[in-house]
Amino acid sequence: MINELISMNGYGSYVWSAFGFTILSFSTLYLVTRSQYLKEKNKFVAKFGALDPKKSEAAKSQSIIKEILSNNQSI
Amino acid sequence: MFKIFNPNKIFSVTSKAPKYILFIFVIVISIGLMEALIFSPEDYKQSHSVRIMYVHVPAAWISLSIFSFITLLSLSGFIFKNKNFFLIAKSLAPSGLVFNIIALVTGSIWGKPTWGTWWAWDARITSMLILVLFYLMYLIAWRIFEDKENVSKITTFISLVGIINVPIIKYSVDWWNTLHQPASINILSKSTIHSSMLFPLMIMTAAFALFSLLIFLMKYNTELIKIKNKGLDRL
Repeated sequence: MINELISMNGYGSYVWSAFGFTILSFSTLYLVTRSQYLKEKNKFVAKFGALDPKKSEAAKSQSIIKEILSNNQSI
Repeated sequence: MFKIFNPNKIFSVTSKAPKYILFIFVIVISIGLMEALIFSPEDYKQSHSVRIMYVHVPAAWISLSIFSFITLLSLSGFIFKNKNFFLIAKSLAPSGLVFNIIALVTGSIWGKPTWGTWWAWDARITSMLILVLFYLMYLIAWRIFEDKENVSKITTFISLVGIINVPIIKYSVDWWNTLHQPASINILSKSTIHSSMLFPLMIMTAAFALFSLLIFLMKYNTELIKIKNKGLDRL
């Protein structure tokens, strides 16, 4: 059964390489996009932390900034 | 009219959605892979190599759909003077490009056992290759042009020229004598594909669509944070 699934009547190398390439592309795209997101978010948090209290209060009035600073957007 | 697309309002949704989309995607792709690799029957002519269809066809469909969306959004951005449309279009492009590459590579792998060659300058393959070039031009334009006014004009122009290629890809198998077979799935008339193959194909298409939605949301959130980063500099 397992051997049959791997060999697929001699077409296994074609089928598995096509599916393998797809999964590899998905994983790479996901990891690259995730790292870009985290990099940008960390940059934002660092910049926000360096603001003086008056400016940070003003910035915090925007709901989107509160969302970025909150930790519930893990991906 | 398009207040619903205000980034400040939708970020609370777009920032939380990816984890739920990822969860649903994992379930759907697991079912799709089992159907495509184990439960679906082999073809009487192509034997097991037909299974490549379950990644090749959805990837091609999604890449074409994404490019069409990009053009529609870019054009809408100009008509309704809404910059968020350009941001949505820009966030869609990376997954469109990757799906286009997947369609070409898996098509090439499928071509070897079916046609006896990895590559042929067939009308559909060539037009799909041209679509990759349009995706690349579109993404490079966003990278190299700093001025926002100019970049939205240039990327819209690229998408408008590129969209001419989409019906060429779709109808290339009818207009020219190509190695590709005519479409097996028709919305307006009866499909010629058996339901035992149609079901896994639809599941895999749903999984690929969910994945492109996931990548789009992650990219879109990154772009919004980038804008807010620039906003902090101006404070």
